[in-house]
Amino acid sequence: MSQPVMTEKQILLGNEAIARGAYEAGVKVVSSYPGTPSTEITENAAKYPRIATEWATNEKVGLEVSYGASLGGGRAMSCMKHVGLNVAADPLFTASYTGVNGGLVVVVADDPGMHSSQNEQDSRHYARSAKLMMFEPSDSQECLDMTRAAFALSEKYDTPVMLRVTTRVAHSRTPVSVGEPQDQVIKPYVKDTMKFVMMPGMAIKRHVVVEQRQAQVANDADQGMIPNAFSVKTGDGQLGIITSGMAYQYVRGALPQAAIFKLGLVYPLPLAQIRAFAQTVERLVIVEELDPFLETEIKAAGIVCEGKALLTLQGEYSVARLKAALAEATILAPAFDLASLEPAPARPPVMCAGCPHKGLFMALSRLKVIVAGDIGCYTLGALAPTHAMDVCLCMGASVGMAHGIDKVSDTEMSRKTVAVIGDSTFLHTGISSLINSVYNRSTSTLIILDNSITGMTGHQQNAASGLNIHNQGAPELDLVALVRAIGVTAIHEVDPADIRACQRVIKQAIDEPMVSVVIAKRPCALIPSGIGDKDHVVHLDKDLCTRCMACIKIMCPALQKGPDGYPHVDPNICNSCHLCTRVCGFGALKAGGEAI
Amino acid sequence: MNQAISLNIALVGVGGQGTLVAGKLLGTVATILGLEVKVSEVHGMSQRGGSVITYVRMAEHVASPIIEPAEADFVLAFEELEALRWAYLLKAGGSMMVNTMQTLPASVAIGAAAYPQDIIEALDSKTIGNSHVFAVDAQKLADEAGSYKATNIVMLGAMSRLTPIDEKVFTQAIDRVFPEKFRAINHKAFQSGSDIIKYTCEF
Ligand SMILES: Cc1ncc(C[n+]2csc(CCOP(=O)(O)OP(=O)(O)O)c2C)c(N)n1
Repeated sequence: MSQPVMTEKQILLGNEAIARGAYEAGVKVVSSYPGTPSTEITENAAKYPRIATEWATNEKVGLEVSYGASLGGGRAMSCMKHVGLNVAADPLFTASYTGVNGGLVVVVADDPGMHSSQNEQDSRHYARSAKLMMFEPSDSQECLDMTRAAFALSEKYDTPVMLRVTTRVAHSRTPVSVGEPQDQVIKPYVKDTMKFVMMPGMAIKRHVVVEQRQAQVANDADQGMIPNAFSVKTGDGQLGIITSGMAYQYVRGALPQAAIFKLGLVYPLPLAQIRAFAQTVERLVIVEELDPFLETEIKAAGIVCEGKALLTLQGEYSVARLKAALAEATILAPAFDLASLEPAPARPPVMCAGCPHKGLFMALSRLKVIVAGDIGCYTLGALAPTHAMDVCLCMGASVGMAHGIDKVSDTEMSRKTVAVIGDSTFLHTGISSLINSVYNRSTSTLIILDNSITGMTGHQQNAASGLNIHNQGAPELDLVALVRAIGVTAIHEVDPADIRACQRVIKQAIDEPMVSVVIAKRPCALIPSGIGDKDHVVHLDKDLCTRCMACIKIMCPALQKGPDGYPHVDPNICNSCHLCTRVCGFGALKAGGEAI
Repeated sequence: MNQAISLNIALVGVGGQGTLVAGKLLGTVATILGLEVKVSEVHGMSQRGGSVITYVRMAEHVASPIIEPAEADFVLAFEELEALRWAYLLKAGGSMMVNTMQTLPASVAIGAAAYPQDIIEALDSKTIGNSHVFAVDAQKLADEAGSYKATNIVMLGAMSRLTPIDEKVFTQAIDRVFPEKFRAINHKAFQSGSDIIKYTCEF
């Protein structure tokens, strides 16, 4: 091309733009644990060769690695989903006291509407309780700009800086002008035990520094000295809105006449500026998704405003929702007579064709055991057709829950409970729980579903998969050796696609009077080592088929009941796991290559 | 002329059907046109065979990335049931392109729910105003172009006929989004989608 395209904007995902901002700021280390909707930040950071990017075993480890990198003088970042911040909260709170050396940025991605999460927590509360400044972008350009600026602010104010995104910002592509990357600077390390060794004597002094810093940040924000902290759009003097993040975009769409005070810095707040804005409007409304975080702060400052009395605490907002609450609702004409259309049956997610979890869950379902579940693709085992999960709480919880059930009494329940956990989740927070079970003489059974990948979040490598974030070879954790070292003596290995073998092994494990571990190993059907042989896709022998539909009931996406009443295998989707051939009692489903 | 273009396009389907790539391509189209664009995607859980939607909004100025009910100029449905599910997004006078394929949701497969009959005919008979429903056997056309994976691009080709956007802009976007080795297939898929609408409508 003859024209230089440098000036043309790129359309980047919010998460890509955060990675770009960190790159431009000269970030040296990025260590994160995946979690929707944060995962693509770290995946994109890995595309810049000069950044040392890694998947950590969990969010706490990731933040501690970044903190160490900052201490060592480089700029560093950790990214996580909202619940990941619960795991990383311990280092975060005290990192607020020590401050940093190289700039340290912590990105947290909230999920209003729970597109891919087990709760709807509002991570802004962490900024207040850990006493950290937090920025919130409303599009990809701001993702880049705020991230880039956050590193410098981290060094200026000697504090970790938080960036909070929500799913709609993280997963929307919007135009971005990229900037020139800065050099990666490694600052000298100077030993300073008063600042970095947090024992009571030192921490008491640091707490004073923390409070001074937060007051300084709020004051500097009020003085307009903090980039991206706020911007004001004047309106007709009637309605004034204070908002931030994606809610700002909905406000723009819904309330064009309103004056808008848009916050980029959501903690601490520029309260003098907000007070001044409040005086320019007749009615002041705070528009924020999830909790009344801004509203509480603003009301505490004695500023009269409305907020959650008008708008919900739940789910995502939208232009229509805001119009309904704050303006004349405009009724648009639809293309169809909607009332006369049939409702569409729901389409929840399902286990993929060839998913190794399916066979194991069919075995659990047949055994009618109580299943303490965990988080991953296998949580889908709680749904039809297997319904083989009784509880799912947070990552790593299955192991401790099964031990707790085991300890509560010698009931039928405790005798037939198993814990089920994925490989990545076991490494994340399952290992320490297994140590606890062995130490405290549990008789519980743990099934580790080792599909050689962190599946649910889109296939990230982990310490047991033998590859690193760049798909280069990495030391592969030996799960059997690890479990043995923990003190487990009853260890079983099984192929999860072999339903009968699973039933037998699990039954045996439950009966053993000590902690037993079953490792069900088979790679995820969507990774190279798990993709089935296309020459062996399943086909139907109609002469043998009785149309009993046993195969259809396993709910494989490759199998559908055809208009002729026979099961139909879609060869594009079939992954040759042959699970359906095992449930067919008539030998009608055959692996390709088999003689009919 | 570009200032006049303002399009809301909803790409709906089943996780894994290529709505993300189609959204990215439309984002690139908007950039070439010098328009502001927002593409809102679904990642994570629903990509496991759930119902998914990608919203594309392009105009001189775009605030919210979400298309509200009866705000879409186009709904591109990659599966029939999803066409029905998201029909409320289409505005009067808008066009819906439906890939003629059915993927049974799990509830239907096990007999707990029924897959609605003749969805395309039902939609077509319930239009208000000058709205249109087009049935496109996009997967077949994609197969013929070289890969069923280009189904999404056939759908874009079909829609392109009904937009004021020059076909060359789409061609350029395909070149930017796809690596060299996939370009020929996607150009072919796009063309066949475009042709099918050319021959079915007397525009
Ligand atoms: C604390 C926390 N961090 C991250 C996540 C996001 N997350 C959900 S499941 C999962 C990992 C799943 O991997 P694995 O256990 O190997 O099971 P698979 O999905 O591969 O079956 C992750 C990272 C979460 N829910 N909670």
